[in-house]
Amino acid sequence: MIRLPALAALFSLVMPATVALAADNEAVTHFTLDNGMEVVVVEDHRAPSVQQMVWYRAGSADEPKGSSGVAHFLEHLLFKATDKMESGEFSATVAKNGGRDNAFTSYDYTAYFQRVAADRLELMMRMESDRMKNIRLTPENIATERDVIIEERNQRTENDPSALFREQLNAAQYLNHRYGTPIIGWMHEMRELDLQDALDFYSLYYSPNNAILVVSGDVEPDSVRTLAEQYYGVIPANPDLPERLRTQEPPQTAERRMIFRDPRVAQEYVSRSYLAQERDPGDQKTAAALTMLAEILGGGTTSYFAEKLQFDAPVATYAAAFYRGLSLDDTTFDLVIVPQADVTLQEAEDAMDAAVASFMKDGVDPEQLERIKSQIRAEQIYSRDSADSVANRYGSALAISLTVQDVQEWPDVLEAVTAEDIMQAARDVFNREASVTGWLMREEVTQ
Amino acid sequence: MRLFYALALTLLAAFPARAEVNIQQVTSPGGLTAWLVEEHSIPFVALDVRFRGGASLDAPGKRGAINLMTGLLEEGAGDMDARTFAREAEGLASSFRFNVGDDSLSVSTRFLVENQDASVALLKQALQNPRFDPEAIERVRGQVLSGIRSSAKDPNDIARKTMDGLLYGEHPYATSLSGTEESVAALTRDDLIAAHAAVLAQDRIYIGAVGDITPEALGLLLDELLGDLPETGAPMPPRATVTVPSGITVVDFPTPQSVALFAQKGISQKDDDFFAATVLNQVLGGGSFESRLMDEVREKRGLTYGVYSYLAPMDLAETYQGSVSSANDRIGEAVSVIQDEWSKMAGQGVTEQELDDAKTYITGSYPLRFDGNQTIAGILVGMQMLDLPIDYIPTRNEKVEAVTLDDVKRVAGELLDPEGLAFVVVGQPEGVETTATK
Repeated sequence: MIRLPALAALFSLVMPATVALAADNEAVTHFTLDNGMEVVVVEDHRAPSVQQMVWYRAGSADEPKGSSGVAHFLEHLLFKATDKMESGEFSATVAKNGGRDNAFTSYDYTAYFQRVAADRLELMMRMESDRMKNIRLTPENIATERDVIIEERNQRTENDPSALFREQLNAAQYLNHRYGTPIIGWMHEMRELDLQDALDFYSLYYSPNNAILVVSGDVEPDSVRTLAEQYYGVIPANPDLPERLRTQEPPQTAERRMIFRDPRVAQEYVSRSYLAQERDPGDQKTAAALTMLAEILGGGTTSYFAEKLQFDAPVATYAAAFYRGLSLDDTTFDLVIVPQADVTLQEAEDAMDAAVASFMKDGVDPEQLERIKSQIRAEQIYSRDSADSVANRYGSALAISLTVQDVQEWPDVLEAVTAEDIMQAARDVFNREASVTGWLMREEVTQ
Repeated sequence: MRLFYALALTLLAAFPARAEVNIQQVTSPGGLTAWLVEEHSIPFVALDVRFRGGASLDAPGKRGAINLMTGLLEEGAGDMDARTFAREAEGLASSFRFNVGDDSLSVSTRFLVENQDASVALLKQALQNPRFDPEAIERVRGQVLSGIRSSAKDPNDIARKTMDGLLYGEHPYATSLSGTEESVAALTRDDLIAAHAAVLAQDRIYIGAVGDITPEALGLLLDELLGDLPETGAPMPPRATVTVPSGITVVDFPTPQSVALFAQKGISQKDDDFFAATVLNQVLGGGSFESRLMDEVREKRGLTYGVYSYLAPMDLAETYQGSVSSANDRIGEAVSVIQDEWSKMAGQGVTEQELDDAKTYITGSYPLRFDGNQTIAGILVGMQMLDLPIDYIPTRNEKVEAVTLDDVKRVAGELLDPEGLAFVVVGQPEGVETTATK
């Protein structure tokens, strides 16, 4: 549950650059254990700490129909007992060693991590490898932890009309793919999740040949390899690991429009999403162009949207474009416009469409493109300040079957994007038949 | 995500450091003081500048002026309008973040060494010559008003606002620094100019820098950047008097999950017992899975996704607060479990094992916090604002280690006030009614 194209950012005055990046000069080592577990080591010797992450190539979009939320539920349950550890002992041990641990679930992966002093890495590996295969769950665990995830859904979604709205938009965007189902699950299905659902998912997907170990910090690749072989290398691969095939989208041929009303809505807005190509192994060019398009069209104060909708003829309090290329299957390209107080949603949507249309005519401002590329180059320097974020970048990419080479080439692919590439990507992605437009509204009809 | 860390409520700077953080004090030729950690392995500099006072320096009747002013610092300065300014920053790949809180206005910057001079020149314009163009004012005012309207329908924000109003009386802490729709609508350009003069002055600056820069170069940079600011600003606000209403205050709001905040009086970071209180809080509700509140409310009963408590020592008042959210039909039970744990801790303190575990966690996690130049620059500023000695970092864990079982027990008895623990519950809680009297 990490995906938040958050409204917090939406109403923030500060709009940081969002081009996600990779870097040269990263001290990155990559190898694969005999049982198929991939390992990435990111060295940073400035501080005596280390982060271990284990990423499973299994997320909510891999769940069986009817059991939505089970990937995330299982994530919670991995902190219960194993053969060797009591319930809660995992986190207690990390804490006793001065460390922090947590986990997160997304559509395409589930990941677990700990941050500790560098000399505690072995202990972390011993525990993390233990729970890859050996959890022992009780009916009480299930009942209590299910209440916890229901409260988590209450907190993240039920209490937030914007979150409920986004859930409906996603469901309408995907006609046949599991990305249309929320990561945390539909409430009615979460209530029915049971021990067997969790164990089935666990035994199918949690194995070394479906996992990536990413260690970052004050470590040497050789010693990480030795430890990884000792703790993870001895776990047999799962020969029955299924190929990662999901139901795919059919051609989308009908524009969808929806209105979501909730009395708790304070700020009405319009959201539009288009089905879009994701980053694919060896084929990241379109995704790179879409990444640049989002930045140029709606990436902040210098963007085309800001120019047209906030400065030239101010109709919007906020307008932006988003694209997230890190996805195993078709992703979305999103537009949002928050109208000024005296502007209706229809006027706002029309203004947004007019801005897109004039952008298609005007094309890319070469100076803006050059400024964004200079930021991308700078990001390669800045990102060396956080080995953990480098680790995250590799983990999240390998978890969706991109390769180390793809990750390392990404800045160059971005750098090579031309104005014409961006316009071509825009022509391809702005297909209303593959789009969903939503209006988030107050209960009363004010239009 | 298994645990959603309680907002960024790390007001308390139990901030530790990278095992060896070599801090130098730099005094610029013009007399500005900064703390610097030289880190030449990556060619950029992180610079954190804070002005004490922050939004609490809003003039009477002008609530929200300093917040709006802060939002306008990057919306045009010198001979640049908002767009030109943004393009310049983008072209330099520098980032300037302006943020205002109850106790300070902060400017967090990073820039490449190769773009240092141009970045400093640009930032200087924003800090010293913001234009406050009328159209920029209206644009940002619209954003702020939109945020205020959203807050009015957000159960978390409603709870915060209600609790602050109860705790802090007439003090600025009692109201949102964003202001109200009315107060923000009424702000004029002159109010923003006055807000700027009130806050951005040399007599309240704290500076931390980390990165590829020498002490000499930093001194010159600071004089260039900040040397022309006025000597003095507005006088600091008085300390707040904390009044805790006993009992529960319910705010009716139709939403499926109730949000509860709880609060009582706190303890100063300068108090000799602060570390004992930190250990106590770690055991009671200190943000990890191991706390008693987490164990009782979440792990055993499944009543919530997260429950936390935290010491909140601000510049002008100290409180001890916490939060929990549960479905409307379960929040009552969550509140009573918290009340019970509060009483139990007040009466009995912690066990030897809990004490040891908490100390190991607090001391062991200390070095992990120093994870990047920008973070460290922020920590350096926080240390100075707390008036900590420059050699504090290697001594901090000893202070934690020195806390004894008796200390915690005594502080638990003195600090915790189970009868005086106030709750604000926003939602439609079943079986929970307002009992608070001021």
